[in-house]
Amino acid sequence: MKLFNEPSPLETKIISFRFGLENSASIDTYLANDGYKALRKALEMTPDDIINEVKASNLRGRGGAGFPTGMKWSFVPRASEKPKYIVVNADESEPGTCKDRLLIQHDPHQLIEGCLLGALAVGAKKGWIYIRGEYNYLIHIMDKAIAEAYNNGYLGKNICGSNFEFDLYTHTGAGAYECGEESALLESLEGKRGVPRIRPPFPAVSGAFQSPTLLNNVETFSSVPAILRMGGQAYADLGVPKSGGTRLVCMSGHVNKPGVYEVPLGFPLMKFVNEIGGGVWKGRALKAIIPGGSSSPLLKAEECDIPMDYDSIAKAGSMLGSGGLMVMDETTDMVKVALRIMRFYQHESCGWCIPCREGTTWLKKMLQRVSDGHGQTRDIDLIGDLAQNMMGRTFCPLGDAAAMPTIAIVKKYRNEFEEYVARNPFASPELVSIA
Amino acid sequence: MTFSPELEAKFADLVTHYPEGRQRAALIPMLMFGQEEVGSITPEFMEEVGKRLGLNTMQVDEVVGYYSMLHKKAMGKYHVQVCTNVACLLRGGAELYDHACHKLGLGHKEVSADGLISLEEVECMGACSWAPAVQVNYDFHHEVTTDQLDTILEGLKK
Amino acid sequence: MALVNVTINGVQVQAENGALLIEVAKQNGIEIPAFCYYEGMSLQAACRMCLVEVEKAPKLMAGCTLPVAEGMVVRTESEPVVKARKTTLEFLLSNHPLDCPVCDKGGECELQDMTFKYGVGESRFTEIKQHVPEKQWSPVVFYDAPRCILCYRCVRVCNEGMGVGALGISYRGVNAEIIPSNGDHLECDECGSCIDICPVGSLTSGIYRYKTRPWEMEHVGTVCTHCSNGCKTTLGVRNNEIVRGNNRDKSGINGEFLCVKGRYAFDFTQHPERLQTPLIRNAAGELEEASWSRALKLVAEKFKELAGPDFGVIGSTRTTNEESYLLQKFARTALGTASIDHHRTGDVVTLIDALSGKTGQLATTEELYTTKAVLVVASDLSQQQPLLANKIRANVRHHKAAVYAVTPGPVREDKIARKSIRVPEADSLAGVEQLREQLSKESELVIVFGDAIQGDKVRQLVAFGESLGIPVKYIALVDYANSRGALDMGVLPDLGPGYHATAPGRSLQQMLDDPKLAALWVVGANPLKGGKSLASTNAFVVVQDLFLTETAQRADVVLPAASAYEKNGTVTNVCGQVQRLKRGIETVGSKADLAIIGLLARGMGVNLGKVDADAIFAEIAASVPGYNQLPMPVILTGGAVQTHPVNGGVPPSSVPGIIASARDTLFTTGSLTRYSKILNEVLEKPGALYS
Ligand SMILES: Cc1cc2nc3c(=O)[nH]c(=O)nc-3n(C[C@H](O)[C@H](O)[C@H](O)COP(=O)(O)O)c2cc1C
Ligand code: SF4
Ligand code: FES
Repeated sequence: MKLFNEPSPLETKIISFRFGLENSASIDTYLANDGYKALRKALEMTPDDIINEVKASNLRGRGGAGFPTGMKWSFVPRASEKPKYIVVNADESEPGTCKDRLLIQHDPHQLIEGCLLGALAVGAKKGWIYIRGEYNYLIHIMDKAIAEAYNNGYLGKNICGSNFEFDLYTHTGAGAYECGEESALLESLEGKRGVPRIRPPFPAVSGAFQSPTLLNNVETFSSVPAILRMGGQAYADLGVPKSGGTRLVCMSGHVNKPGVYEVPLGFPLMKFVNEIGGGVWKGRALKAIIPGGSSSPLLKAEECDIPMDYDSIAKAGSMLGSGGLMVMDETTDMVKVALRIMRFYQHESCGWCIPCREGTTWLKKMLQRVSDGHGQTRDIDLIGDLAQNMMGRTFCPLGDAAAMPTIAIVKKYRNEFEEYVARNPFASPELVSIA
Repeated sequence: MTFSPELEAKFADLVTHYPEGRQRAALIPMLMFGQEEVGSITPEFMEEVGKRLGLNTMQVDEVVGYYSMLHKKAMGKYHVQVCTNVACLLRGGAELYDHACHKLGLGHKEVSADGLISLEEVECMGACSWAPAVQVNYDFHHEVTTDQLDTILEGLKK
Repeated sequence: MALVNVTINGVQVQAENGALLIEVAKQNGIEIPAFCYYEGMSLQAACRMCLVEVEKAPKLMAGCTLPVAEGMVVRTESEPVVKARKTTLEFLLSNHPLDCPVCDKGGECELQDMTFKYGVGESRFTEIKQHVPEKQWSPVVFYDAPRCILCYRCVRVCNEGMGVGALGISYRGVNAEIIPSNGDHLECDECGSCIDICPVGSLTSGIYRYKTRPWEMEHVGTVCTHCSNGCKTTLGVRNNEIVRGNNRDKSGINGEFLCVKGRYAFDFTQHPERLQTPLIRNAAGELEEASWSRALKLVAEKFKELAGPDFGVIGSTRTTNEESYLLQKFARTALGTASIDHHRTGDVVTLIDALSGKTGQLATTEELYTTKAVLVVASDLSQQQPLLANKIRANVRHHKAAVYAVTPGPVREDKIARKSIRVPEADSLAGVEQLREQLSKESELVIVFGDAIQGDKVRQLVAFGESLGIPVKYIALVDYANSRGALDMGVLPDLGPGYHATAPGRSLQQMLDDPKLAALWVVGANPLKGGKSLASTNAFVVVQDLFLTETAQRADVVLPAASAYEKNGTVTNVCGQVQRLKRGIETVGSKADLAIIGLLARGMGVNLGKVDADAIFAEIAASVPGYNQLPMPVILTGGAVQTHPVNGGVPPSSVPGIIASARDTLFTTGSLTRYSKILNEVLEKPGALYS
C-alpha cells in the first residue's frame, strides 16, 4: 500500500523501515527483511531473559501513559493457574494520533511477532488485537497476515517446530474513545459497555476474562522484535536515559509536511517541526504545539525548545502521550481549539462518574457560549476552575485528559478568551450574587 | 430473523475466538458485521444476536446504546463522515463539514430522502497527519478539499 | 484476618486488613458520604463523593474501594476533601432539575441531605439543562432521567438483590440513562426495590407520586398481611388513608427487602366493595344491611341455641395470634365444640413431631442468609416465599452459600444453585436422595420444603437430614401471614394451643361435608372459594370478613371485619418468628375480629376475661408452650423473636391430603390480593420473569 507521506532522511527507521517496501504487509517481504528472526532467537531464551532484554531497552508504553514496558511484563504472574492472554490496544483514538494504523497497514507481521514475543515472555497462548471500528480495512489486512502466519507455522501449534503455541485474533471496536483505556477496552472485548474497571486489580493480574493479561499498544508490541534483534541495550542507546529507542510521531496541523515519522526519543522538538515537518506552513509563525495527543497540555512556541522524551516534556508541563503532535500557527483561534477539544471529551465520556460526565458537559456548554460570543468575564475563571475541579477526581484518566488541555489553554491564552468576552455586548463585568 | 450464509459463517467462526463460556465477547463484532448487512441495528437483529449469545434484549440494548458506530436508525447507503476534531479543524475540517451540509442539504446524522447518503460529523478517526479527512462507509479520503469532496459526493450519486 | 492500624482524622483505629475504608470509618463513627456505595452490593466508585485524602497517595482516593493497610493515614474532612465534595455536588446539581418542591423524594432525598450538609449555597451553573421527558415503565414504576444521578443502585438491587436483572444502562456520557427490561416497559417482579433504593426522586412509585409530602404522613411500622414471610412494612398514613408502603427504617427481618405486595397491596383496605356494615339475611333470602347491635344480638342468640358438638368453627390464616387463640378458646369452652380448623397449607405439625427430642432445629429467616448450604424442596420460593428467596440470594452473594433445588419446574434459584434437580413433586424425596453425597459434604444445611412433603414424607425428609451427619435445620413452608400462628394457637380439630392433644373434632373439609352441621362460624376465611358448597343446607352460617366472599354470600349474618393494617396484635411468620402488628388506619363500620369475638361472648353471657390484644397476649405468653419465654421488649419495639417449638411428641394431626398450599404467585396470596387494584394492574402485564 502506498505511503501517505514521504519519509524524511532525518528519521531513524527501526520499526518503520519496511514501510514502503513492495508488498510490505506480506509475510514474504517480512521474512526477507529480518522477519521472525527475533522470534527464533527468543525461542532459545527463557522468559526472564526476554523480559530482561525489554527492561534493558528502556522501552516505555507508546499508548499514552509511557509506563516502562519491561516492568509491566514482569508483573504478569506467570505461575498463575489461569490462562494468560495478550491484548493489543489498536483502538488509536487519541486526537492527533495515526501511527498504529500505519504499523498495521504496512507491517502487520511485525505486530504479530511482537505478540509472540510477549506470549513467550508471559506464557500466553491466546491473544486479541482490539482494533477501533473505524479501522475496518485494517482488520482485513491483519486477518490476512494472521492467516499467512498460521500457514507458515508462526501461529497455531508447534510454532517454528517448538512446542510453543499461540492463537491470535482480531476484534473490532464500535466507536468509543474510552475503549482505548485499557480496562474499558477489556470490558468491550468481553462484549460489554466500554466502562473502565475498578483498579486494582490491574490487567496484568486480572485482565481479559479475569485472567492475567499483557496489554500494550500496537507500537509497543511492534518495537519488541527490533529490541530482541539488536539487543535491549543497543535499542536503549538510540534514545535518552529512561526513554529508550525510537517512536513514531504523528505530526499534524499547520506544518508544511505533516506525516508520521520515526525519530529517537529525545529528538529536538523544534528540529522535528522545522526540519522534518518543513516548518510552519504559509510562512507563518508558530503559536503553540500540542505534543502528545489532545489530552496533553499545549506548549506555547517559546516553551517548545525541548527534546522529545517523556521526562523533558513532562518537565515542560505536558506529556509525550501518544505521539500525536499538533502544530498551530499564529492565526489559530484558541477558544475554538479549547471548545473542539472539550466537545470531543464530552462526546466520549462514558458517563460512569460524575465529575467527568457533568464536568465535560458543563465545560462544553460554557466554551460553546463563549465561542458564540455570549461569554462573561467570570466564565473564563469558571472554565479554569471547573476543569481544575475535575482533575484527579474522576474514575479514569479521561477526566484528566479533558481537564489538562483546558486548564493550559485558559491559562496560556486568557487574553483570547477576554477578547471573545469583550465582543459580547451584554457582558457584565461583575457577578451579582442573589444569595 | 435468519442470518445470511456469510453472517452465519462469520458468527460460527467468531465464537470460537473466545474462551469457553465467554462467547458474549462476540457481541460487538457481531453487531458491527451485522449492521453492515442489515443496514442498522434492528430490534429483530438485537434479539437474534442476544439469543445466540445468551443475552436478553436489554443487555444487547445497553451495549448498542454505548457505541457511536452502532445505529438503531438506518444511515444512508453511503455514510459520509467528516472529521472536525483538532487536527482536521486546523486544516479546514469544520469548513469541509459545513460544505458537506450545504451540498447535501443534510445535518448531523441525517439521511437523504432516498436513503442514499447520510452525513455525520465525527470525532478523530486516525487520519490526523493527512487532514482533513473524510470516511465514506469504511473508505478513507485524505487531505480532502471542498472540490474533492464535491467529486466524492458526485461519485456516490451515480 | 490480621488487624492493621489506620489513622483516620488523627485518631488511630484498628481494622481488618483489606476492609474498605468507608466501612472502617463508619465503624468508628466517621461518615464518608457516598451515593453509589451501598453496603452489600457490588462496588462502583462512580459518584466520587467518597474521595478522601490518603497520605503518600498522589491524588484523592475513593474511600468506597480503598482497602485499608497497615499505617495508612487518612483524612476525611481536610480542605482538599471538603472542596472535592462540594465540587462533586456542584457537578451533580448542574444537570439536576432542582424540582424539589414537587418531587416525591423531597424531605427524604439523599441529594438534598448531602447538599445541605456538604454543598455550597449557590449555583454557578447558568447553562441550559439537559432535559428528557419522564417515562412510565409499569403501573408502579416511573423514571425521571434528569433527576437520575447514575449511582446504579437500582440496577444492582434488581440484579443482585432480587435476582431479576430488569434494569440496565444505555447510552453514554451525559445521555446515559437507566433502561427497563423490555424496550419501553418493565417486565419484572414489580417489587419497587429500585424505587426504594433510589437516593433521589428519579424512580417514583405510581401509586404514591404527587400524593403527599413525606412529613405529612404518619409512619406506622407493622407487618405485611399477605404471605407468611412476615416482612416489616412501614405504612405511610395520611388522613386515615394508607398512601405508601415501604421499608423505611429497614429494621425488620426483611432488611432492605419488600415485595410487590408489601409495598403496594395495602389498597384493598380502600376497595369500594369493602364491607362497612353487618348484613343479615332477610325473609326474602337476601342479605340486608343491619346495625351492629342487631346483628350481634342475633348471632349471640343463635350461637347460644346451637352450641354443641355440631357447631363448626373455621379460623383464619390472617387474624392475629390473639384472635386465633381467643377463637379456639371460645369454641372449645363456650361453644362446646371440638370442630375447629383453618386452611392448612404446610405440615408444620409433623415436622415438630419428627423433631421431637431435639432442640434448635427450626431455622429462622436470618439463618437462610447465614447458613452455608440451603436445600429447597418442592417450592417456587421467589413466587411464594419472596423474602426467603431473597435471603438465600443474599447468602449466595455475600457468603457464597451452596444452594440446591429439587423442584418440579424451573425456579429462579436455578441460576444460583450448585445443582438443580427437576422431578415431579411426588418424587421430591427421590430427587433429594440424589443429592446425598454432595449435601453430606456441606458443613451445615437448612432444608426448606413445600406442601408436597407432608405426613410420612416429612418424617422421611427429616430422617434423610439427620443421616447426613451435619447440623440440619428445617422450614416447613406455609402460605399466609399468620398460617403459622393459627397452628401454634391450636386452630386445629385435634390440637390445642402449643400442639397439645385435645378431643378430636371435624376437620375443615369434614365440616363442609357434614350434612348434620348445625352452625358454621367462619372468621376471616373463604372455604367456599372455587365453587365449593356446604353440605348442611340448614346450617346457620356467620362470616366475619372484609369482603362479600363466596362464603360470605352463603352466610346468614356477615360481620365486617378489620384488616391486619387496622389492628394491633401479634403474628407469627413461617419460621415461627413473632412480630407485632400496629394499627395504621381505622375503617369505619368494621371491627377487629378480637372485638367481635369479645362482643359475641358478652352477648352470650360468657366471661372470656379482658378482651384486648395485650391482655390476651399475656395469657398466650403464660399458657402456650413456645410462647412462654418470648422477650417482650424485643417484640414491643418492633423486633422479631422465634418461638421455642414444643419439644416432645405431637400426636399426628393430619389426614393425608388435608394440607394444600394455594400455589400462589408473587401477585396473588389469597382473597385479599384479589381486591388490590394495583396488584391486578401490574398483573395485566405479561410476566416472563416468573421463574
Ligand atoms: C481515555 C484513555 C484513552 C486511551 N486510548 C488509548 C488508545 O487509543 N490506544 C492506546 O494504545 N492506549 C490508549 N490509552 C492508554 C491505555 O490505557 C494503556 O495505558 C495502554 O494501552 C497500555 O499500553 P502501553 O503501555 O503499550 O502504552 C488510553 C488511556 C485512556 C485513559
Ligand atoms: S472519567 Fe469517569 S465518566 Fe469519564 S470516561 Fe472515565 S469513568 Fe467514564
Ligand atoms: S461511593 Fe465511592 S465513588 Fe461513589
